[in-house]
Amino acid sequence: MRILYFAWLRERIGVGSEDLSPPEGVSTVADLVEWLKTREARYAAAFEDVAAIRVALDQEQADFDAPLAGVREVALFPPVTGG
Amino acid sequence: MAVRVQEADFDPGAELEALAVGDAGIGAVVSFTGLVRGTGGVSTMTLEHYPGMTEKALEEIEAEAHERWPLQASLVIHRVGPLPPGARIVFVATASRHRAAAFEAAEFLMDFLKTRAPFWKKEVAEDGTARWVDARETDDRAAARWAR
Repeated sequence: MRILYFAWLRERIGVGSEDLSPPEGVSTVADLVEWLKTREARYAAAFEDVAAIRVALDQEQADFDAPLAGVREVALFPPVTGG
Repeated sequence: MAVRVQEADFDPGAELEALAVGDAGIGAVVSFTGLVRGTGGVSTMTLEHYPGMTEKALEEIEAEAHERWPLQASLVIHRVGPLPPGARIVFVATASRHRAAAFEAAEFLMDFLKTRAPFWKKEVAEDGTARWVDARETDDRAAARWAR
């Protein structure tokens, strides 16, 4: 599964994208973020306030309770500020 | 109907002229051009985006505008990369038979673009300090008024 990070989330984690294989039991976006937080301190720091994080699954906006089954690309980012 | 995400600048006059060419049914063209504000000591505004999803999101927003209003043509341009104060950053144009649809659709496009399209602004000040721009609640409220 490819995971992308944008804006300050990318800066705090230190990479823009990575290919990861979450363990069994990680079935929703919320599960994935909780698992990422356990990986290293920089993830825990980046995801400290999950209310400030938005998610897209295969380039479509989604919610934290959305299932990850069949998803190839997960993007995590702060609220958008274009325009 | 067209969406462009680009680093290069654009010419609003030329874009407007091209938009209405060849369609005698167009009676109204409305456009919005957003500029990088130079207030608060900002020296550079850098736009990051999510290539692939950005274009898709803008196309979806544009398609929704065409569903809601009788538009003859529309164009959305959003620049990415580092931009100086005063630079054009975003352009939305709509064309319709009558002005009401063109005005409303242009506002709708901007409101939705600001809250749905995956762009992020980072400001660098003259003293070199950088900060990511926070999302604004007023933008969310502006988009919410179009809920149906």
